[in-house]
Amino acid sequence: MTFINYAVREINCKIVYYGPGLGGKTTNLQYIYDRTNTSSRGKLISLATETERTLFFDFLPLELGEIRGFKARFHLYTVPGQVFYDASRKLILRGVDGIIFVADSQESRMEANAESIRNLDKNLSEQGYDIATTPYVLQLNKRDLPTAVAVDEMYRRLNIKGEPTFEATATTGAGVFDTLKAAARLVLADLKRK
Amino acid sequence: MMPQDLVLYEEQFEKIRQALQRLLEDANARLVFLVDKNGQQIAAVGDMTSLDTTSLASLTAGNVAATDGLARLIGEKEFSILFHEGASDNIHISIVARRVILVVIFDERASLGLVRLRVRRATAELETVFEEIARKVESESLSLAAEPEAPFSEITDEDIDRLFSE
Repeated sequence: MTFINYAVREINCKIVYYGPGLGGKTTNLQYIYDRTNTSSRGKLISLATETERTLFFDFLPLELGEIRGFKARFHLYTVPGQVFYDASRKLILRGVDGIIFVADSQESRMEANAESIRNLDKNLSEQGYDIATTPYVLQLNKRDLPTAVAVDEMYRRLNIKGEPTFEATATTGAGVFDTLKAAARLVLADLKRK
Repeated sequence: MMPQDLVLYEEQFEKIRQALQRLLEDANARLVFLVDKNGQQIAAVGDMTSLDTTSLASLTAGNVAATDGLARLIGEKEFSILFHEGASDNIHISIVARRVILVVIFDERASLGLVRLRVRRATAELETVFEEIARKVESESLSLAAEPEAPFSEITDEDIDRLFSE
């Protein structure tokens, strides 16, 4: 749900990082926070447990510049990945404009990835969204691990609609901004379509 | 049905600001702001120098969303008012027109009773503005083709590239 404010000429969009627990959603946000000029980003808020597992959400506001005379502001959120936090995940999806699915490349996490995509689909439809028409980007994270499943194989298992797909290693930042840019592009293109 | 985008025009924005400003003065508050239930700040008035209003907006929405969830779990429709009491500053949170959140931050210069009283009046005022917005959005979506101010229909790939050029 984009918020367009004509009075102060701003558009505000919400992008949510979704995916299974320990997949690197928070690490994506942390990297963006570390590498963005202080003038174009706000504070990174993390509601996490003492062991740094996301409890409710992480939040990072970004200001990317101007588009057609409007300030483009993106609010990035992560959801808690652990299965039992489903109630929180639903709340964070409210008003979402675009989704980045962070998949874990390890073989042992393939079922968790698939389960999380099913969960996303279900939670989106409960909010009145259709995953087929919602801007959506797939990130294959942890490409640096020796147990990483081949990209083709992951794409075959996880791709749902030919979405833009990026390889990433969020700990080093590889692929992090490419993924974000692709999502922002889809969200803005969607705005144009409306 | 896809959730509707929130579109705010100058005239309604000004009315909202005026209502918030009046509430700020009448309640002796430090800061008054209005947030969409999804965490987007709509307007804020008062002492904003020491506070990160973007983070406040996002956390307030998260707080209200979690409390709504709690309410439904125990069979309530919603908790319409939340109040957080601190050693010197307090936060009063209430829902306006079912979709936006009114937040008042106040210290010892005000009292909870006064804030509640003034919030009630401001809520009525704000609800009128939001009804106006809903009507305007509805009538504009009927005449969508004639929409003169839809700058985003013109967005090009170059515009988007430029955003990421730095």
